[in-house]
Amino acid sequence: MKIFKKFAQIITFTIISLWVLLPVFLITVSTFSSKQEVYKWPKNLLPKDFSLESIKFFFSSYGTISSFKNSLIVAFITLILVLFISIPSAYAFSRYYFKGRESLKIFILMTRMLPIPLLAVPLTSFYITLSLYDNLLGVALIHTAMALPFSIIILSGIFIRISKEYEEAAIVFGASKLKAFLKILLPLSLPGIAAMLIFTFITSWNEVFAASILTVENRTLSAHILNLLDASPLYFKYAGGFFLSVPAIIFIFFIRNYLMKMWGGF
Amino acid sequence: MKLNEKYFPYVLLLPLLLYILLFFFNPFFNALKLAFFDENNKFTLIYFRELLRDPRFFSAIKYTLMFAVTIVPLQLITAFLIALFINRNFKGSKTLLFICSIPLAISDLAAGLIFLSIFTEHGFLNSFFYFLGLIKKPVYFLSYENIPLLFTSILIAEHWRATAIVLIILIAGLQMIEKDYIDAANVFGANFFKRIFYIIIPLLKPSIQSALIIRTLFAFQMFAVVIALAGDMIPVLSGETYFWYYIYRNSHIASCYAVVIIILSLLLTAIYLKFLTYKEPVYENI
Repeated sequence: MKIFKKFAQIITFTIISLWVLLPVFLITVSTFSSKQEVYKWPKNLLPKDFSLESIKFFFSSYGTISSFKNSLIVAFITLILVLFISIPSAYAFSRYYFKGRESLKIFILMTRMLPIPLLAVPLTSFYITLSLYDNLLGVALIHTAMALPFSIIILSGIFIRISKEYEEAAIVFGASKLKAFLKILLPLSLPGIAAMLIFTFITSWNEVFAASILTVENRTLSAHILNLLDASPLYFKYAGGFFLSVPAIIFIFFIRNYLMKMWGGF
Repeated sequence: MKLNEKYFPYVLLLPLLLYILLFFFNPFFNALKLAFFDENNKFTLIYFRELLRDPRFFSAIKYTLMFAVTIVPLQLITAFLIALFINRNFKGSKTLLFICSIPLAISDLAAGLIFLSIFTEHGFLNSFFYFLGLIKKPVYFLSYENIPLLFTSILIAEHWRATAIVLIILIAGLQMIEKDYIDAANVFGANFFKRIFYIIIPLLKPSIQSALIIRTLFAFQMFAVVIALAGDMIPVLSGETYFWYYIYRNSHIASCYAVVIIILSLLLTAIYLKFLTYKEPVYENI
């Protein structure tokens, strides 16, 4: 009976893992195949040749490298903006009781529920007047708007879990509020802040709708790939799917232990 | 000093409030303005009339709703089963949780492209069927000729990508259920199904509710998965918003589509909140 249970457990484990991992494996195989292999039918179920042809094509096609850079720049600006807005807000939420605190928290979560199309389309004319249209800063600004609600909620949760008493002790010994924050709360919550930033990076890196609507020349990687979907061969699309996924998967590995804490608050 | 202290939290929140004003209220009201007012700032319904004349509008509504009502329950069931399994805390359950959260990092566009390598006529699924001897010629999963098959392919891709978030929410909820309840049920001889339906599901209701709302709202915004696998063969609301803005350069009609998305979202959230509001469960008939 015990052996049977163990066996059933292994089978279930394998089925679930295969369901998640097989598609990732297959896009990897496709990306490292030659152009001919991509169009061959029937395929070998196990890859035979290993080729960098598709990847070379992907990176040598016009706009790919610069869109890669653009995605990184947009994500970086987004991180900075999120950091500077969410830290003071989360501090206010976790260290003060003030009128309207709870309703404001719920309201912030609700802003995340606004559909992206509803935000992106009207922003175009606003951006044109501010000359933010087709501008990386403009894309970063809307990515910040998308990332802020969760990052503030996550960060408030992290701050709340760190006892106020440490800071109060420091203040008793003559530290200013700012100093208590910088020397005590900030270092203690650093791992949580890092996890929040990684999540923000993934949000920005993956976002495609707003980035496509708000840019023409200065595209992010996902906007670049979406824009070329009609005109590109399969091997370009596969490499695109692969290189969109890889950085995000690497990053989520680092925050694997934080996922529950981040999403458990609902 | 005392007064300062009182207003200090609001000062800290100032950047956030400014941001909400500029990047939520501003576009939100602008969208309404674009949808309901013409160039001379006069109220008009011509854009909505034009929208109603667009034959793709009704199919976009139809397919968007069809996706939402099929994907969300499917995700909930899959995530619930996996969550129950992971929650048994066996050796390796942490690893499995990490594996299952990988799709959380994958964008809808990337997921579409990943499943393209599986579903195209040169793809892996066709080769696999051939290998099993089921087919001689490739099946066209992604063609205009067979919309149900195309729909199912998109469904499988989106289900794969977005189940992770439901799973995380449900596991977080499961971990908060006190073991005492389940132990007590065991003492009184409740079997596996009774435990699930009379204890776990009622106690998990708040998590189920958040997962449902979040997933449904995002299902209404399905976009890049559909475009990557079906192009414009299956219209959805977000996709049409994109086409109307990007190809036809008509921000009025595009805004109308966006307004329709938010109306649907609000309606659905209201329905969920009405029917799924969390009440303290009463245990009488276990």
